[in-house]
Amino acid sequence: MSVLAFLEIDNGTIKKSSQEIVSFAKKTADLLQQSVTAVLIGNINQEAAAEAGKFGAKKVVVVADSKLHEENATAFAHVLAQIAQAEESKLIILGKSGLADAIAARTAAKLKAAIVSGVIAIPEIGESFKVKRSIFTGKAFVTSEIFADTKILVVNKNSVEVTEDGETAEVVAIPVELEDQDFNFKLISKEKASGDISLTDADIIVSGGRGMKGPENWQSLLDLAAELGAATGCSKPVSDLDWRPHHEHIGQTGIKVAPNLYIACGISGAIQHLAGVNGSKNILVINKDPEAPFFKAADYGIVGDVFEVLPKLTEAIKKAK
Amino acid sequence: MKILVCITNVPDTTAKIGVSADHKSISTNNAPYIIGPYDDYALARAVELRDQTSGKLTVLHVGGPEADPQIRKALAIGADDAIRINLTPEDSFVTAEQIAHVATENQYDLILMGRESLDFNSGVVHGLVGAMLNIPSYSPVMKLDIADSVVTFTREIDGGKEVLEATLPLVLGCQEPIAEWKIPNMRGIMTAKSKPFQVLEPIEASVMTKPLEFTLPKPKGDCKIIPLEEIDSLVKLLQTEAKVL
Repeated sequence: MSVLAFLEIDNGTIKKSSQEIVSFAKKTADLLQQSVTAVLIGNINQEAAAEAGKFGAKKVVVVADSKLHEENATAFAHVLAQIAQAEESKLIILGKSGLADAIAARTAAKLKAAIVSGVIAIPEIGESFKVKRSIFTGKAFVTSEIFADTKILVVNKNSVEVTEDGETAEVVAIPVELEDQDFNFKLISKEKASGDISLTDADIIVSGGRGMKGPENWQSLLDLAAELGAATGCSKPVSDLDWRPHHEHIGQTGIKVAPNLYIACGISGAIQHLAGVNGSKNILVINKDPEAPFFKAADYGIVGDVFEVLPKLTEAIKKAK
Repeated sequence: MKILVCITNVPDTTAKIGVSADHKSISTNNAPYIIGPYDDYALARAVELRDQTSGKLTVLHVGGPEADPQIRKALAIGADDAIRINLTPEDSFVTAEQIAHVATENQYDLILMGRESLDFNSGVVHGLVGAMLNIPSYSPVMKLDIADSVVTFTREIDGGKEVLEATLPLVLGCQEPIAEWKIPNMRGIMTAKSKPFQVLEPIEASVMTKPLEFTLPKPKGDCKIIPLEEIDSLVKLLQTEAKVL
């Protein structure tokens, strides 16, 4: 019996969010006196897979099949459910993303497991199994008891520190049965910003609002992001105006992020935007209006014109390196 | 074509969320309730597809009678009939089970809902329903077209989007800009009153979780305002205090 941790690999290394998930699984498995089995489906990279050991996995199960290359939650869920049964796992942990939620949901239906998405802390395990999660886009939390035998947790980013004291894991490739009906779709086209840092995986995000005054002014923001190795985001009005692509929209009806540092440039801080960023560990707000509501939710602030502040901040960071 | 749209009944996005003194429930400080914004997009596109295919559009909600005004609104926007399963669900699994039961009884070609509910944000009901019915599910879908039972749709993926083609039946979680929200007109509001609206008792639910305690985040400390001329000290704070650089 082991705790399963669902791994995602990007550019040949284990995603930051997956490192957290293995660490989260390890801490939880310790409470249950079990070990962690990491699961890697589709995207085969045995070397990177073994790295999961460092974060606490004892074993990595790899399912490699050339058919499993698209983000196909239906097929992935069938595979994950089979692995859970083979490993007799009663607890499966995934990192929050659209794909993970879909895989978790379909696996839960398959295994008749309880599913809790948006988990923000290691479960409390005693007489009962209690888990805390974010609701109302981070405006509140609920601690729930799970009394199902099999449990699936989808964990928010930055819910646990990554621990790196483990050994190299044993990598085991296992065969699974794929169902033809799970591949009953055709990929017509795919646009993916290559080389960009993913918003949900980023440690630092630089985000712009209407105060940036137009898409032609984004360069100073992009320069800061490049200097910091940060991902870039934007507020809803900015994506509605097509100044930036929709997948950069952060907020209650967009992507929810939880980086270590969120830098808001010319964003006033409407409640719907704050809801998308309130999981951030630190918030720096740059706005010329000292009354901007975002300052109330921030840790650090600079009152000033973004176009004056951004180059100076980039310069100061360059100097401090 | 038979289309089912599942809607949630949630406090408005501007609602100030609080918790009761005993931490057993959420208080929304008298915020108005609305159809979940994502569900509202799904509903708008469903009305268009129903008109295009001369199909039938049913709206479904799992919850108590407090949602009836929102269900009536969905009828006024253009749904042909409505079903409410009279059960306040404990979690996503319970909700999905009820939806899957209704879907099995009525054999819909297309089941749409929002990518996630605005209150509990799990974003798993479409996946659960799809797997329970053993049909594919995709989310979040931002463009959707149907021609000769071939469904072409665009879904957002991490850092981009992809266009897929699939066949019915399907379950889709929707988001903007799949369609423009529709505002009911006077004729819609009048005809909604006479459209079929069934309240059904739930099937036995698989309750596997129970909420114990609701809490609020700790308030943020005071924001440190740093003058622009001291920007180096801000960088220092980010390095040594926040430890993020």
